[in-house]
Amino acid sequence: MIDWLHPSVLLMLGMLPLIWLRGRARQIWQVTLPAIILGLITTLAAGSQLSLSFMGLELTPLRVDKLSLVFAYVIGIILIIGNIFALQVEDRAQHIAAGLYGASALGVVLAGDLVTLYVFWEIMMIASVWLIWRRKTPIAYEAGMRYLLVHALGGMLLFVGVIGYYLATGSVAFEKIDVDGWAFWLILIAFLINAAVPPLHAWLPDAYPEATVTGTVFLSALTTKTAVYTLMRGYPGLELLLWLGVAMTLYGVIYATLINDIRRLLSYHIISQVGYMVAGVGMGTALALNGTAAHAFTHILYKALLLMGAGAVLQMTGRSRMSDLGGLYRYMPMTFLLYMVGALSISAFPLFSGFVSKTMIVEAAAVDYRGVVYLLMLLAACGTFLSTGLKLPYFTFFGKDSGLRPKEPPINMQIAMGIAAALCFLIGIFPGALYAILPFPVDYNAYTLSHLLKELQLLFFVGLGFVVVIRYAGGKDYIALDVDWLYRGPGRRLVIHTRNMIAEANHDVRAEFMRFLAKLQTRLGKAHLDGSLLRTWATGSMALWTALVLALVLVLTLGT
Amino acid sequence: MSLTAKILESLVAKRRLFGIAALLFMAGLIIVDWLKEPAYSRFFWDGIGGFAAIYGFLACLVILGVAKALGYWLVYRKRDYYARYGEATDD
Repeated sequence: MIDWLHPSVLLMLGMLPLIWLRGRARQIWQVTLPAIILGLITTLAAGSQLSLSFMGLELTPLRVDKLSLVFAYVIGIILIIGNIFALQVEDRAQHIAAGLYGASALGVVLAGDLVTLYVFWEIMMIASVWLIWRRKTPIAYEAGMRYLLVHALGGMLLFVGVIGYYLATGSVAFEKIDVDGWAFWLILIAFLINAAVPPLHAWLPDAYPEATVTGTVFLSALTTKTAVYTLMRGYPGLELLLWLGVAMTLYGVIYATLINDIRRLLSYHIISQVGYMVAGVGMGTALALNGTAAHAFTHILYKALLLMGAGAVLQMTGRSRMSDLGGLYRYMPMTFLLYMVGALSISAFPLFSGFVSKTMIVEAAAVDYRGVVYLLMLLAACGTFLSTGLKLPYFTFFGKDSGLRPKEPPINMQIAMGIAAALCFLIGIFPGALYAILPFPVDYNAYTLSHLLKELQLLFFVGLGFVVVIRYAGGKDYIALDVDWLYRGPGRRLVIHTRNMIAEANHDVRAEFMRFLAKLQTRLGKAHLDGSLLRTWATGSMALWTALVLALVLVLTLGT
Repeated sequence: MSLTAKILESLVAKRRLFGIAALLFMAGLIIVDWLKEPAYSRFFWDGIGGFAAIYGFLACLVILGVAKALGYWLVYRKRDYYARYGEATDD
C-alpha cells in the first residue's frame, strides 16, 4: 500500500519522458507506464486517503473507497488498451494529451474534495481537446473549439458552485451534495454537461467523431464516465436524474438511427448508454448504484472496442459514412468480428459484458415497480441493438460492395481490440469478478432462465424487425441537426452581428474623439499655446512616466 | 483472402440456413416462455408469454419510424449545411 503516491501525479510525471523518447523506446514506455499505474491502483486499499491543509482548506487529493476504485481500475485498464491502439501514431502531443487526460480523469475519481476535483476537471478539459485538434483538419479545429467553450462554461459553473457550497457548509469535502440553493444546481449542471445529458449533450456527438482515430477511444471512456462517478457520489437518489437518464437512453437511440457517420452514430450511443447510468443514479438503490458502476465499467470497454473498430475502418478506408461503406467483411474480417463482440456487449446479449451490467439497472427499475421506466429502458435497449448490432455492421461490413479493398489495421490496433474483446467476453461469462469490486454487496444473478428468455426474445425479434425494414434502415447522406444548431447557427450569427456592432460603435466613438482632439488642437493653436502636452511622446519617456505613476500607486496602496 | 475471411464467406453463403435456424430458435423461445411459469408478477405483462418478442419487434419499427419521421420533418439537412454559417466543410 503506497498511500502517499498519487497515481495521477505519477502518471503526469511519467509522461515527461515521452517528450524525448523515440521509436521503440517510446512505444515500450507508452504501454509500461499505464501498466505501472494500474499496478499502483491495485495496491490502493479502500478506506485509505491522503489529506493536506492548503490556504486554510482541508483537502483530500486521494480518497480511496470501493466506489472510486471501480472507476480507477477501469480507467487504468483503458489507458493500457488505448495506448496499445495508438502505438503506431507518431505524434507526441497526442500521446501526452491522452496521458494527461487519463491522469486527470483518475484525479477526479480519486478526489476527496471539490477543490481537487475542480482542478483535475479543468485539466481534463484542456488535455482532451488536443485529441480532437490533433486530427489537424479545419473541421476538427472548429469542433474542438466548440467543445472547449462548452466545457469552459461547465468548469465555470462548477467553480462558482464549489464556492457557494463552501460558503453554505464551510467544507469542500466531496460527499453527497446536500445543500439548498444555487450551489446545488450549479454543481449538478456542471456534472450534467460532462455526462452529456440532453439538452447539454451536443458537444459530444459534435466533437468525438472529429477527433483522431486513437483519441476518440480515450474521449469515449473518460469524460462522461467521470461525470457519472461524480453524480453517483454527489447526487444519488435524485429523482430528476432518473427521468433525465431515461430520456437520454431514448434520445441517443433515436438520433443514432438518423446518423450516417459511424463514429457519430456510436457517439450518440454513448449518450444512450450513459442514460442508463444516470437513471441508475436517480433510482439510488444499492442494486441501481451497483448496476451503474458495473455498467460504467463494461461500457468503457465495449464502447472503446466499438470505436476502435469504427476507427480502424476510418483509418484503413479513409471513410466513415455508412453510405460510402459496405462489403468490408472480406477484407477486414478480424475488425468485423472484434467489432461484433463490442456490438453484442452493448446490446446486452447473453455471454457478453453488457448483459451482466445493463440488466442490473433494468432489474433495479423492476424491483422498484417502475413499470414505465422499465419499458422505456427496454425500448432503448432494442434501439441499441438495432443501430450498433445490426445496422452499422450490416451496412459497413456487408450490404452493397463499396469497391473498397482495405487491409486489416496494424497489428497493435488488432491486439488492443482483442484485449478489449476478451475482457467483454470474460466479464460476460464470469461476472463474479466484476460484482466483487462493486460499491455494495451484490445480490443479483443475470443468468436466470427468465432473464435469458426475455433478453433473447427481445434481441432476436429486433433482428426480425430489422430484416423486415432493412431497405429503409440504411444510412442517408444527410446530417441531423441537434441542439448545437442553436450556437452553430443563429447563435454564431448573433455573436458575429454583436461583434460587428461593437466594432462599428468603437470605430465611430474613436473617430469622434479624434475629431474632438483635432478641434481642440486647432483652438489651442489659435490661443497661441505651444501644445507641448499634445505632441507625440517618445516611447522611452512614456515608459518612464508610466513606471513613475505605477510606483506612486504602489507606494500609496502599501501605505493604506 | 485470409482464412478468417474465407470462413466468414462460407457462413454468409449459408445465410438462408442460418435464417431458418434463427426462426426456429425464436419460435422455441416463445413456446418455452409461454409454457413456463412466470418468474415474476411485478407487472401485468409478466404473465404474457412472448411479450418480450412482440415488444422487441414493435420497438424496432417504432424507433425506426419515429427517427425517420423526425429526420425528414425536422432535422435532416445536407452535409454542407453549416457552411452557410461560415464553418469549414470536408468537401
